[in-house]
Parts: sequence; structure tokens; C-alpha cells
Amino acid sequence: MIHYRSILQRVALILSVLTVLCFDQSVFAQDGKALFQQNCASCHAVHKNLTGPALAGIEERVPDKKLLYDWIRNSQAVLQSGNKYFNDLYVTWNKTAMNLFPNLSDEEIAAMITYINSVPDPAAAKADAGGPVQQAAESDNSLIFGVLTLILAIIVLVLMQVNSNLKRLSDEKEGVPSYEPVPFYRNKAYIALFAVVLFIVGGYYTIQGAVGLGRSKDYQPEQPIYYSHKVHAGTNQINCLYCHSGAQEGKHANIPSLNTCMNCHMAISEYAGEALYREDGTEVNGTEEIKKLYSYTGWDPDQKKYVNEPKPIEWVKIHNLPDHVYFNHAQHVKAGKVACQTCHGDIQNMGEVFQYSDLSMGWCVNCHRETKVQFEDNKFYSIYEKFHNDLKSGKMDSVTVESIGGTECQKCHY
Amino acid sequence: MEQKKYWQSFGELNNSAAHQQNAQDEFKEDLPFEGLDDKGLGSAATPRRDFLKYVGFSTAAAAVAASCEMPVKKAIPFVNRPVDAIPGVANYYATTFLAGGTAIPVVAKVRDGRPIKIEGNELSSWSKGATTAQVQASVLDLYDTARLRFPMADKKEVSTFDAFDKMVGEALAGLNGAPVVLLTSTVNSPSSKAVIAEFLAKYPGARHVQYDGVSYSGMLLANEASFGSRMIPSYAFDKAKVIVSLGADFLGTWLNPVEFQHGYTRGRKVDPKNPSMSKHYQFESMLSMTGANADERYTHRPSETGVVAAALLSAINGQGAAGISDAALKKGIEQAAKDLTSNKGQALVVANSNDVNVQLIVNAINDAVGSYGTTIDLVSKLQNKAGIDAEFAKLVEEMNAGSVGAVLLYDVNPAYDYFDAEKFIAGLKKVRVSVSFNEKMDETTEHCKYVLPANHYLESWGDAEQKVGYISMLQPTIAPLFKTRQWQDNLLKWSGSAVTYAEYFKNFWTTRLGGDNTYLKALQDGVVESPAMVMGFPSFNGGSVAAAVAAVGSAKKSSGTELVIYQKATFTDGRQSNNPWLQETPDPITRATWDNYLMVSPALGKSMFGIDITNATQADEYEAFPKKPVVKVKLGNKEEELPVLIIPGMQADTVAVAVGYGRTEAIGRAAAGVGKNAYKFGVFNGTTVLNTAAVTVEKTAGEYKIATTQTHSSYEGRYEVIKEITLADYTKNPTKIIDARAKELEPWGGLENYEKDGTIYPVFDKPGIKWGMSIDLNSCYGCGACVVACTAENNVSVVGKPEVLRAHDMHWLRIDRYFAGDPNDPNSIQTVFQPMMCQHCDNAPCENVCPVAATNHSSEGLNQMTYNRCIGTRYCANNCPYKVRRFNWADYTGSDSFGDNMVGGKGENDVILMMNDDLTRMVLNPDVTVRSRGVIEKCSFCVQRLQEGKLAAKKAGRPLEDRDVKTACQQACAADAIVFGNVNNAESAVSKHRNENKNRLFYVQEQIHVLPNVSYLAKVRNTGEISAHEQYGKPHFMNEGGHAAEGGHH
Repeated sequence: MIHYRSILQRVALILSVLTVLCFDQSVFAQDGKALFQQNCASCHAVHKNLTGPALAGIEERVPDKKLLYDWIRNSQAVLQSGNKYFNDLYVTWNKTAMNLFPNLSDEEIAAMITYINSVPDPAAAKADAGGPVQQAAESDNSLIFGVLTLILAIIVLVLMQVNSNLKRLSDEKEGVPSYEPVPFYRNKAYIALFAVVLFIVGGYYTIQGAVGLGRSKDYQPEQPIYYSHKVHAGTNQINCLYCHSGAQEGKHANIPSLNTCMNCHMAISEYAGEALYREDGTEVNGTEEIKKLYSYTGWDPDQKKYVNEPKPIEWVKIHNLPDHVYFNHAQHVKAGKVACQTCHGDIQNMGEVFQYSDLSMGWCVNCHRETKVQFEDNKFYSIYEKFHNDLKSGKMDSVTVESIGGTECQKCHY
Repeated sequence: MEQKKYWQSFGELNNSAAHQQNAQDEFKEDLPFEGLDDKGLGSAATPRRDFLKYVGFSTAAAAVAASCEMPVKKAIPFVNRPVDAIPGVANYYATTFLAGGTAIPVVAKVRDGRPIKIEGNELSSWSKGATTAQVQASVLDLYDTARLRFPMADKKEVSTFDAFDKMVGEALAGLNGAPVVLLTSTVNSPSSKAVIAEFLAKYPGARHVQYDGVSYSGMLLANEASFGSRMIPSYAFDKAKVIVSLGADFLGTWLNPVEFQHGYTRGRKVDPKNPSMSKHYQFESMLSMTGANADERYTHRPSETGVVAAALLSAINGQGAAGISDAALKKGIEQAAKDLTSNKGQALVVANSNDVNVQLIVNAINDAVGSYGTTIDLVSKLQNKAGIDAEFAKLVEEMNAGSVGAVLLYDVNPAYDYFDAEKFIAGLKKVRVSVSFNEKMDETTEHCKYVLPANHYLESWGDAEQKVGYISMLQPTIAPLFKTRQWQDNLLKWSGSAVTYAEYFKNFWTTRLGGDNTYLKALQDGVVESPAMVMGFPSFNGGSVAAAVAAVGSAKKSSGTELVIYQKATFTDGRQSNNPWLQETPDPITRATWDNYLMVSPALGKSMFGIDITNATQADEYEAFPKKPVVKVKLGNKEEELPVLIIPGMQADTVAVAVGYGRTEAIGRAAAGVGKNAYKFGVFNGTTVLNTAAVTVEKTAGEYKIATTQTHSSYEGRYEVIKEITLADYTKNPTKIIDARAKELEPWGGLENYEKDGTIYPVFDKPGIKWGMSIDLNSCYGCGACVVACTAENNVSVVGKPEVLRAHDMHWLRIDRYFAGDPNDPNSIQTVFQPMMCQHCDNAPCENVCPVAATNHSSEGLNQMTYNRCIGTRYCANNCPYKVRRFNWADYTGSDSFGDNMVGGKGENDVILMMNDDLTRMVLNPDVTVRSRGVIEKCSFCVQRLQEGKLAAKKAGRPLEDRDVKTACQQACAADAIVFGNVNNAESAVSKHRNENKNRLFYVQEQIHVLPNVSYLAKVRNTGEISAHEQYGKPHFMNEGGHAAEGGHH
């Protein structure tokens, strides 16, 4: 027993040391970026002065590592200690106090500084920047196929005509009485065939067209500002609900008001991410688009204050439902816990947003048939005693939206 | 004992030809084929070929005009979103409905910045979240297109408030000492009183006169004589075991009906374990709504009110009902006196009369039966009426004498509602400076030099203390729509104060309540209640009673026709007469809309017009067509022509007409040209203005169409629509109703298995929620608050009088009125009100017949109506046994976009569109589809509220509770007659309501196995009658051959 215990103890010790080491080593440069954005980015940029000074070359300016770390954790204490460099800096920056970050560890600060050092200077980088990458034109074979089909059809017709002529000639030769030839456009068989084909094809397209009236799948209008969900929700991982907070409150997800934009864009006045392209391949100047935002809000990024009267942005509405449909985002997002992407597609990879789903009734109903409700988790459904029993006894394997009445008319039309 | 028979119309009473026809017809109205006559289709105004041409052209035109382009819509977010404003989510703000002195605490639902619905404020201990029809309709007044939009001087716009202030300031300064009079309706707002005091102090000799269109000065003066102060006490109807009302319509219009309905209901909820309820006697001349709900009702001439009061006093004093010759009335008075004296301390007598002497006698009666301190509260006084007629008459004299320098009017309209309006107008013209703060160019404002329109209450700050110690707050729910300003601001400005009323109000209450937080809490709650402590209320001084008895005894007896001027429960004094919701709500008694008229007794109908309503042919001639005879009513040199409605229960020589009608064009298009002004028939006796008068009534040759809704729908001879039981019966045999039901259903499985065995259809589960409603007929008084609430919540269209005449009314909820008794004996008439809406039948006949499945059943028990699927065959309406489905004959809300289609209202047959203005349409509920032409609609159990309530519970992750869902009608009801909820939950209010009252429960037309989800509790009338057994379960129609029987048993 004792033997085993000592082995166990050793194993436990090794494990715990390994764990500590793992944690220790887990703070690396890629976390430095996240830490920087989380803690510093609202006041500092790497190569540009914001509310606070640009941080590039911080180590050269403050070679004393301990002093620098102390400053970051508790700037007030350093100021009070009478350090000349920082007191001068404080005065230069209009005595704007720096926030305190007492919880940052040495490793975390080191990681952030590593990140700061790794960011290239955009002024220098500009020279290297290449032109927009030409997107390969998508090859579309349907035209070729269409032309081929047409040529083949003409050949068939010509051959048929030749065949019938030859037949007539041979008949004449053999003395078989022949009728006056009927041109193909008066041939009843042809006319009937043509009518049937026209009816089927025309009918199909007419019905498809009628069904599609009022639907606008893939609608992607040009917006007053090139707002990229890819940059915000994709690259920068901003939670959808941060801007569209209405989605958990009520029927509309709501486009965020401008003050929500300015929460971040007071500090972020330049776009330095990877190049953005419109659908037509032209490049988007992200910084210019941010300036458009400033022109709406009246913000002057140099003076760091609002100088003009703000005016609202008139976005083009993409997702439109008819007036007789009631749709509630909160029902789906908050109660149903449906991901935004289910209906809005791969939104975190979209530049300008397009309508991903056709928003037809059939599409709604299909989803209601297949989607399972939060039956066990949400106490609201505790009243469905019968279903709970059926689930237990295995009579039912899951409760879909349809089983609780989710495909009935007055769930959406009233 | 003979079967008790209920009837909605005289035709039903007599089973006349027109009634039978009505029961047979699919729809009351003919299909609107114009110009068809008998000549056949080819020669019709629109022959078939033309029709085809039109169809072809319009299809082509529509295709070209519409193209297939999708319109580009914009989404414009806030620049800086206020914290609590989430687009699409409604906010609720507590405020207070104001109308004259009436102040009812409410909560305004504000959706995306627009108030769209008013609900009661449940934090108020006296209103308990209840409302009236007027309160419900008031949100539409905010969007009234006839409101004044800017300040005016001499009818010309004044560009700024500053310019206006300067103008009026100079005018007031140049009065040379002539007094300034502030003339308002009753003011009970503490902060406004302080503002008024500051204003009066600034102008020496200035005074404040309060004036009420419908005056209670008789009561105020009588109480001054009895208790030493001019006041109106509050009444605790819940504490009274015996209630005697001398003409007071306390459930409908008298003083504070919201509070009284509550109290009255509490005293009359029949507890199955201890069945007892208060007993209500009504002595009156006309049939009022309250009278219709009385247990015992006796009629007398209007001029006898004083004599009846004196006789009641004498009977209580043990001297019998002296001076009453009519045997039935005498017996009634003595019976009431006996009940009052044997319930001392639990008795209450109220009277409507504005005669000081009558009120003095009533005070003496109340003192004799020990009401003061028990059922009458002299401490928490009512402050909603304070106008003294004599003071106003004196002011009119002074104005005519030219001794008034300036008059500032707020919320008063004597040029319309004063009995001697001409004299007032003449006086007003002699006043040098006249300023009106009224919201509209009304009859009085028209004659004022300066006009500065006041804000609507939903745009205002303020407070009100309708009942002493019970304060309610106002806060704006929307910025003023027009260039208007609160009247308090004007007074502050003109008394030289630098603060606005909003600041003044805040300071006032912060100081009073002791801090910002309590102030904000008060605004949030909307009410601050600190009832005064009972500290020895004033003692009764009976000194003037003997003189009063002598005075009423010597009053001149009238032998001719007498007129009563009354207020409709739906319409009150007419201040909201341009409100189409109120105009279209049927009067509880006559069920007429869009008019006032002369209510006459069947006896008068017979003697004057030769209409014997018990004769089937004559009754049909009178009743089956909207045209009614017109009479000329004369009082001195005043006269008015009025159409006539014959109403049983009217005292033989009494005629009655409602006030609030006969407005000028400037009041708005709903009010203009509707009815006649009856205020002019008031009689001033030197002290007070009386609402009764001896008049002459002359027949004229004229005829006039009145739009009544009572006969629009027919149960086609099927029976068991209402059930009623007397208290004595109920006590003796509590299971009578349930036994009768059991017997009736016995062949089909009995009560237990009726659902399964009564049909060949399978029974469907309702696994989660099953919605159900239970309505206590004992608590429905017919006031119509629910009808207006339903209209507001569900975007129910207003159709206008010509459409109501054609039975195209759209109300989802109607209150049916049934009479029982002998129409020739007014005392015998008993009335029952029954709210009727879609019964959401689990085996609904409408669902089976829809060819496109536009109406079907949900797993929650809702009968669903899908407008976008409906093609308008109206089969469902035809097949509905309750006749609750409504068809959109026209595009009433202007939801199509062609301008020329939305004008209308030219001829008698044209639709008058009331709700299609962009401003008016702001009131529409965005969560409810606005129905288009050609579809059926009906009560949805407020499905949008149910979905919202369910979502709230789901978001919180808890089971649904009663508080999550309230239908609009339920919320509005002051008597809690309507209970709603999930019947699958045994603990829900509706399940308890049904289970605890099993013995009174019934379903309308249960025997046809449609399985309604609306249940009713039988009305209990507190009389001693015990009826014979076997009464229930038999048709109560005397008639009528096979039709009823076939309809009854399928």
C-alpha cells in the first residue's frame, strides 16, 4: 500500500508541476495581442498616439523593466514616487490618468510587449503593399453547353429534313404516291410537341417566378458605409449581441445606434487589417469608411471630441418580412438558443451582408419541423407532462418546435 | 310557473315575421350588387362584358404599375439610443387619465415612442387597475386631427410662444383693475392649485371659478348644510348589504364609477359556501345602466324624485311611505326601507338629483340608517366635482354686466354645455380679454380672442388628487405633437415666474415627498397614497331636513311628459365626442351607435305613434327598419327635433335624452353632425341646474335612421344563451343549473364524457397550455370598457354610421342586452348583459367549412384566423352559432395606398373613414395585422399578448403564470367579470373560477357540442323569487315550430 501511495504522490507531483509549466508557458505572443486589445487598445495604439502615447519602442524609452511593470500595474504610485520621466509624460498628456491594471502578471505584460514589438510600422509597410489581387473569373460553362445543344438540335432538324426528303425521293422513284410535303412548322406533331414543351417549361418558370415574387434571397444592396461583418464578427470576434442587443430583448435585432459604434471607434480610427474587397473586386479603404462614420457622428478624431451635429445613417434594409408575419428575434435567440448563423449564414465571413435565406414560409416551417426545443433545460416546458412521460418511456425521442404547436398559423400570423 | 323568457328585440318577444326572417338569413344585409333590380344581369349598371373589360384593364394596369421591383426600404437606427428605448419593445409609463375632475391612474403603453394603449394602474388601491371606456379611448384623442396645432390670436396663428406671452401679458396689464377670472373645470391637482394661487396673487381681485358641465352642486351644497363643508364623500359599496339608488347611475357615470364598480362587485360576488350578496334597489324614471343591474327596480315620474326620497325617509322613520299613491312604488319603498333599517350600518342610499333638497333628505336617510362612518367615508372625500352652479351663474351675470376684465378658460365649454349658452356667449363677448386653453376650437374657444391650446394628458406633467390622500402623477409619454403648452405653464409665465411647470412640479413634489428618490419612485409608480387618518368626522346636522321635506312636498306636480337628461355610460358628458371608438361603441341599454335620441316608454310609443310593440306586425314596422319617427321636444322657447327609440323599463310619461351630442364641425369629423345638444334642456332653479324638466313632445312628419346593433346577429332560435338564478333559488337548490346541464347532456355521455361521446370526431390533445376564459354574468354591468379596450388593442376598424346601419360593425366583442318581463310594466323589466366574443370552440363549426383552411384550431385551444389566407367566402360567419365573426366589407383603415379610395363619407351609403389619417393611424398596434378588405376577422383571445406572455416566461425559464397573460378586455374590466388563463393548470385563476363556481357554470348553447373555451357563470339576482323546477333545459322561446328544435339538437 505504502509503495503505491508514494508512486501516486510522485505522479501527482509531476502532474502538478507539468500543469504549472503548461499554464506558465501558455502566455505567448498570440495571447499578447488579445491581452493588448482587451486592456490597452481603447487608449493606446502601437504606432499612433491615441488617448495615450504610441507604445512602439516602449522598452527603449523605459529600459527599467520593473519600473515599466510597476507603471502599468499602478501608474499613480509611480507618479507619487516622483519619477521624473513619468511625471513629465503625465504633464505632456494633459494629466490624463492611466487606468490601473493590478491583476496583470509579469508574463502577461511581457507577452503584450512582445506583441507590441512584433507589430510592423504601417508607414514602412506601405511601400511594400501590393495592388489588389485579381480574382480569377469564375468559368461558366453553361453558355458553351447551350450553344452546343442548339447546334446539335439544328443538326438533328436538318438531318430529319434531309431524311424525309430522301424518303420522298425514293418513294417517288418507286412510284409510291406521295402527299404534298408539309413544312415542319405546320406539322401537327411538331406543333403539339412544341406546345407541350412550352407549356411545361413556361409553366415551370412562371410558377417559380410567381413563388419568388417578393422574395429576395442573395439581396446585397450597397450600403452607405462599407461595413464588414468579417472584420468585426470574424477577425475581431465581437459578439453579435454586443451590437445587435435587441435580438435578445424583442422582435427586432436592431442595427446598433451610432453611440455603440463609437464605443470602439473613438479609439480605432484606422483600418490596418487585411485588404477588403467589394463584390466587384474593387478594394475598400477601411480607414476611409471609418471616416464616413465620423462624418455621420460628427466626431473629430484629432481633437478627440464631437464637433458637428450627428445625423443618422440610412442603412438599406436587407431582411424584409411581409406585414402579416410576426417574427420575434428574442423567441429564437434567447428562448430557442438558435445561432445567428442558422438564418443569417456565415455572417462572420461576409463583407457586405447579403440575405442568406429566402425567408419563405416553407423555409420557416421546415426549420420548425426539425428544430428541437430546449425542452429539458427550460422550465417553461415543464407543463408538457405528456411529452415528458413520452420522452421517458421512449415513445418520443425529441420534442420539436412542431410538436409544441410551432407550425400553427397563429404562431406567426396575427 | 311560466317559463321566463328573454328577448333582445321586440321581434324576438313576439316572434314576428322580421325576426323569423332574420333568423333564417345567412346575413342581415343583401349582397351589394348595385343597380341590379329585377332586370337581369345584362341590363345591370355594370353588365358582364363591362365587368370583364374592367377586370382585364385593372389586371394589366396593376401589372404595369407594380412591376416586379422590390421597393428599397431603409433602416435608420438612433444616433444615440436612450438606454431603455429598444425599438420593437414597448415601454410602460404610469400617468393619469384626466377628464374634468375625473382622474384615473393609468399606465400608457409606449411603442417606439408612440402611446398606443392605455391600461389601468394596478398600484392604485382604489382603481385597482380598472378603467372605463373613456380611459381606453383617450389614447385616440391624442391623435385627433381636429386638435389645435398652434397658438392663435383673433383666429390667426401666433408664430412663437414669446410673441403670444407678450400679447396676452400686455392685454392683462391694460385691464385697469378690472378683475381677472380663471374659469376651469374642477381642479384637484395639488401643484396646479399652488400655481393658481400664485397667479391669483399677481392679479389683485382675480378669482378662480370652477365649472362642471354635469354638475353635482346639489350634493355639495346639501353636504355643506349637513356637515358644514362643501364636499362629496366617498362611498364604500362593498360594505353595504343594502344599496338604494335614487336614479344614480353609479356603475356607469355617477361620480367615480370605476371605484364603485369594484366595491359593488365585491359586495355581490356570490361565494358558493356562503351564498350572500348585497341587495340593490333602484328607483328611477328612465332605464339607466345601473337600474338595469338592480335586483328590484321601481319607476316613478322624474318630478317625484323628492317625494320618493321623502317617502323613503318617512318609511324608515316608521311612518310608512307617505305621499305615494302608486301601489307598486309604495310597496317598493316600504320594502327598501325595511331592508335598510334591518341592515343599519351596512346600508347605503345614493341619489343623482342635483336638487339640494333631495340630497338633504338622502343625507338624513343615510344618517338614519347609520351609513356615515360605515359605508360613507367623510374623510377620504371625492374631489372630482367642485363646481357650484350659482357661482357660475353669478359669473355669467357679471360678464354680461361688463365687469369682468379677463377670463382665462381651461377645459370648460359652457357655450356648449351650459343650459343658457347664449347668455354665456353674450357675456364672453363683453369680456375684454378672453383666453382659451382648450385643446380644440370648440364652441367656447370660438368666441375667445386668444387661444393657446393645452397639451393632451399624455403629453403633460401633473398630478391629481381625486380622492383625498390618494395622489396620482402624470408624466409625458410623448413630446407635444403640436405647438401646444400646458396651461399651468401659461399661468406661471403670466404671473412672472421664471420656472417652467415641469420644474415647478418637480420642486413641488421633491419637497413634499422629501427627496429625489421618492419623487422618482412616485413618478414610476404613478401613485402616492397616504390616506388621511380617521379623526372624528363631522357630525350630521339635520336642521334643514324638515324644510327640505316640506319643499319637495309642495313642489309643483307635473302631469304631462317629463324629460330626463342623462349621460351614456360609453359617452359621459361628451368631452370625447370626436372619438370614433366611443361613437361606435353601442349604448348599453339601447345598443345604438353614433347618435342620441329620445328614449320613450312603450306606453308613449303606443299613444303617440300607434306602435304597440306587443303586436308582431306593428313591432316589426317600427323595429325592422332603421328609420324611426321624429318628435319635437319643447321646453319654453327651446326646442329640438329628436328621433325616438321605444325602450321597455321607461316610466310611462318619461322621455330621456343623452348629453354630449350635437357638436360643431370644428370638434372633428366623428362628432360633427351627430345627434343634438341636450344640455339646453337643463333647468336652473336659482341654486342648481336640474337635469329633469316638464316638456312637451310633438310628433313630426320626419323620419330618421338610427344605427342599432342589437338585432344584427341572431341565434337562429337556438336556446340557452343566458342563464339566471335568484339568490333564494340558489340558496335552496344550489345545484339547479348543473343538474339541468347534466340532464340535458345525459344522452351524450353526461357532463363527464360529453366531449368524447357527443361527437363522432376524435378528441384532440392540448398537451401544454389550453387557454380558457370564464365570465361572471353577475359582475358584468354592460359599461363597454372592454369593447373599447378590445378595439384599441386589436386595431378593430371603425366603420361609421352608414356601415353600422348595414350591419357591418366590426366589434370583436359585443355586449348583448337581454330584457325579460312585461314590456308594458316598467317595474317588471329585468335586464341581463352578456359579453359575447369568439368562443374558441374546440369543435368549431367555422373551421370545418372554410375552403382554404384559413381558420383552424391550435394545440392551445385557440380558434385561429389567418387573414392572409382568407379569401372571403364568409362560410365561417354563416356557420358560427354565436355570430361573432366580422367581415371587412371595405378597407376601413385605409391600408391600401390609393389616395382616392380613402376619402369617402360623402353620401349616406358611403363608408365614412375615421381611422385612415396618417396621424390617427399612429395609434395602431404594430403587433396586430391591419386587416384589408375582403377578409373575416374575430376575437383572437389577444393572441399577441399570449405570445408575449409566453415569451416572457420562456426567457425567464419558468412556467407560465397568470400575471403573464391578460387579455385587453380582462385588463379593462373594473368588476373583474372576465377571468382568463391556462385551464390545463389547476392552480390558475380561470381553473379556480370554474371549479369553485361549478354550480353556476354554463356554456352558451352547450347542447350543440361545439365545446366553447369560454364559460359563463349564471347571473344571480337577489330577489326572493323561487321558480319552479325544470325551468332550465327547456327552450325559453315560446315559439316556433321545428326550427328551434332542429337547431337545438343536431
